[in-house]
Amino acid sequence: MFEIRIHSRGGQGGVTAARLLALAAIHDGKYATAAPFYGAERRGAPIVSFVRIDDKPIRVYSQIKKPDMVVVLDASVMDVVDVLQGLKSGGKVLVNSQQKKEFGGYLSSNVDLTGIALKEKLVVSGNPILNTPVIGALAKMGVVSVDSAKKAIREMFSDERNVTVAEAAYKEMSA
Amino acid sequence: MKKIATGNKAVAEAVKQAVPTVVAAYPITPQTEIVEQIAEFVSGGELKSRYIPVESEHSAMAACIGASITGIRTFTATSSHGLLYMHEMTNWAAGARLPIVMANVNRSIGPGWNIWAEHTDSLQERDTGWLQVYVSTVQEAYDATIMAFRIAEHNDVLLPVMVNLDGFLLSHIMQPLDTVEIGDFIPPTHLPYAIDVKNPTGYGGLTGTEEHYKMRWDIERSMRDSVKVIEETEKDFAKRFGRRYGFTENYQCDDAEVIVVAMGTLGKEAEVAIDLLRKEGIKAGSLRIRWLRPFPNLKILKGKQVVVVDRDYSFGRGGILATEIMAQTKEEVFSVIAGIGGQEVTFEDVAEFVRKRRIGTEVWFGVSNNV
Amino acid sequence: MLKCTSACAGCSDSLALRYVLKAAGPDTVLVVPACCTSVIQGIYPNTAFNVPVYNIAFGAAAACASGMSNAFRAAGKKTNVIVYAGDGGTLDIGIQAMSGAFERGTDFLYICYDNEAYGNTGMQRSGGTPLGAKTTTTPAGKTEAKKDIDAIIAAHDPPYQATAAAAYPQDLFKKVQKALTFRGPSFIHILAPCPPGWRYSTEKTVEMGKLAVKSGMWVLYEREYGKLTIGAQSKVAMKKPIPLEDYLAPQGRFKGIDPKTVEIIRQRLAKNLSKLAAEEAAP
Ligand SMILES: Cc1ncc(C[n+]2csc(CCOP(=O)(O)OP(=O)(O)O)c2C)c(N)n1
Ligand code: SF4
Ligand SMILES: [Mg+2]
Repeated sequence: MFEIRIHSRGGQGGVTAARLLALAAIHDGKYATAAPFYGAERRGAPIVSFVRIDDKPIRVYSQIKKPDMVVVLDASVMDVVDVLQGLKSGGKVLVNSQQKKEFGGYLSSNVDLTGIALKEKLVVSGNPILNTPVIGALAKMGVVSVDSAKKAIREMFSDERNVTVAEAAYKEMSA
Repeated sequence: MKKIATGNKAVAEAVKQAVPTVVAAYPITPQTEIVEQIAEFVSGGELKSRYIPVESEHSAMAACIGASITGIRTFTATSSHGLLYMHEMTNWAAGARLPIVMANVNRSIGPGWNIWAEHTDSLQERDTGWLQVYVSTVQEAYDATIMAFRIAEHNDVLLPVMVNLDGFLLSHIMQPLDTVEIGDFIPPTHLPYAIDVKNPTGYGGLTGTEEHYKMRWDIERSMRDSVKVIEETEKDFAKRFGRRYGFTENYQCDDAEVIVVAMGTLGKEAEVAIDLLRKEGIKAGSLRIRWLRPFPNLKILKGKQVVVVDRDYSFGRGGILATEIMAQTKEEVFSVIAGIGGQEVTFEDVAEFVRKRRIGTEVWFGVSNNV
Repeated sequence: MLKCTSACAGCSDSLALRYVLKAAGPDTVLVVPACCTSVIQGIYPNTAFNVPVYNIAFGAAAACASGMSNAFRAAGKKTNVIVYAGDGGTLDIGIQAMSGAFERGTDFLYICYDNEAYGNTGMQRSGGTPLGAKTTTTPAGKTEAKKDIDAIIAAHDPPYQATAAAAYPQDLFKKVQKALTFRGPSFIHILAPCPPGWRYSTEKTVEMGKLAVKSGMWVLYEREYGKLTIGAQSKVAMKKPIPLEDYLAPQGRFKGIDPKTVEIIRQRLAKNLSKLAAEEAAP
């Protein structure tokens, strides 16, 4: 089982990203679950959502404590939350950022999702859309296939620019 | 088509297949998405139901009662305090023999306000005459809701059915969902005693001491008859749509020496614990109770050590499931109270309950230091 | 009110509550049914208020306050018992308990802060949702009008009844202080614009309340022993209202509203204003 924890702020699309990723994994012929962890927190507060991907049906409902991968949609949450908590040694970290940041003992990558969304003017009520480009980046990292990623995005969004940004993120991903 | 949906969405999708004529419901966390989704289906013309946005749950159930007695199909959904507020009317629905279907998203009870999963809400309804089923996956939430309509409306049953799913753990989790076209799986609603102005009858009026108990017995008789109807319905469902369900879901029980019993998502998570224990050489199995009313026979537990995990409690008596199981099997169990108010319980915790079991005792996970 | 609240940015429920508590002083108990205010308090063991807060089931606030008020009075205490409830807890599920408490002459202050929907559960329609407004259970806009709870309260003939708005804090402050001087039940209905529910940006909260008053959609008044006095701000609005559209347009919940519905809203607005003007003018 491959377990991913996504960090974002309320309203940034972290839950939708989890859902897209799970849907793409299902299109790859795998089993997947996506779970938002709800708190009493409101808009703008740091939140986490979880994705599990496996070859067998998933029977675990408890929270992910030792993820294989951590995705940070908003780098500013790293100031208030320990995003590496429980991450398996050698695990992967993907950060939405222009600069690469090294995390000792982990495989770090970065991509400027915000920049990619802004370039396509993919902005909803002032917030650049991050949940579709991040799927492109995750496809580059081999979490899901490119075809399934696009298929999932097209099922959930009618605006084709969502696919464009995913492709852009795929191309721009560092390593 | 391969879809992904939350447990709430799956229930709403099932309702869309069953097409109740009237839906009356009231929002409450974590069920609200069901109500919102149905309102959206109706508003968009995808579902030809009348949706009554009542002012309380008491009124939601009362509206379903008023609609149902005219002989049509009805649905509502609630959770926790909503269900408790409905309690007078849930009794009425069963006593009046109305095949209403309700989804209850299991949530704890206040005070203090806590919106997380617990089974005490629906278990407080267990003596009302409602059939109750507890589900553990998004797919099962969908399938059970569809079957609920057929079972409730079957003329050997004519009792309301409650489909229970765990708050957040299932209501808000996204899993794969296969939707079906049900075709004639649910026959048209036929209520033999529907209101008919051409044949005026009084309903639910004064009833004397020599009549009332007979009506109560009739509820019990139908409850017993429902066993066969449930079996038939689940069999036909498996034949048509390929997914098989039963009164319980048994995992590695046959050669097991110790069996974990639980309901809902915890019953699924327990299976992972069993895999863990089997690797350690412990012959363990798990049994997930699906139908709580009518209660399953549980012969399979005979002669085994039983560990019951209750996400609920009856103060002054014990875990409700544990109590029911002991009454049924006439055996002592190891009773663990875990998951109250959304308390996190992992498969590793469940495995630990089994390793440290002490048959004949009860512990509260996180309170007693035994487990 | 302390600083650990977990309200949304731009929430006027919490804004109004700040003034209510200030006006009421320390000898006060707040009775709160399920609503956004249950969330605003923060999570156990924290509490954001500096008076006792008794949380109670959604439909039960007024009945609970009845018991509490009677108990305090029996003990010879003057402690203010204030219900602070949402529109859902007042106009819908709580109306029976509220009507009973008013009819019995319970000595308490009932405050309904009205964000015109069920905020706590994510903005479903309530009896307080205005005609044409989109909520999550009225995706095409509500087809029924807002329930006139003030008329229902007036029918109970309480000693004191008022409307207020979070956007006019001094007016609100005075009305709360005044209400607490009466024996028996009093009622204050506060318009409480809500950014996520009404779909406008957070910094416009005060402006939204003012637009409501200036357009005549919300009228500030007091009714003392049955005698109506319309507030100065609303008098101005009744003479020279701003266009109704200025109030509706900035709110996402009215986006795409059918012009026919706007006309009905306009007619109802005019009818309400002339009704109030006539009542005030009557000897
Ligand atoms: C009996 C019962 N039904 C439903 C709920 C769920 N619930 C809690 S608060 C709320 C809505 C409250 O709306 P309102 O009174 O307008 O207050 P607001 O949240 O808008 O501040 C609902 C539906 C509940 N707690 N109890
Ligand atoms: S939903 Fe509205 S009323 Fe509720 S806390 Fe947020 S802004 Fe305030
Ligand atoms: Mg409200």
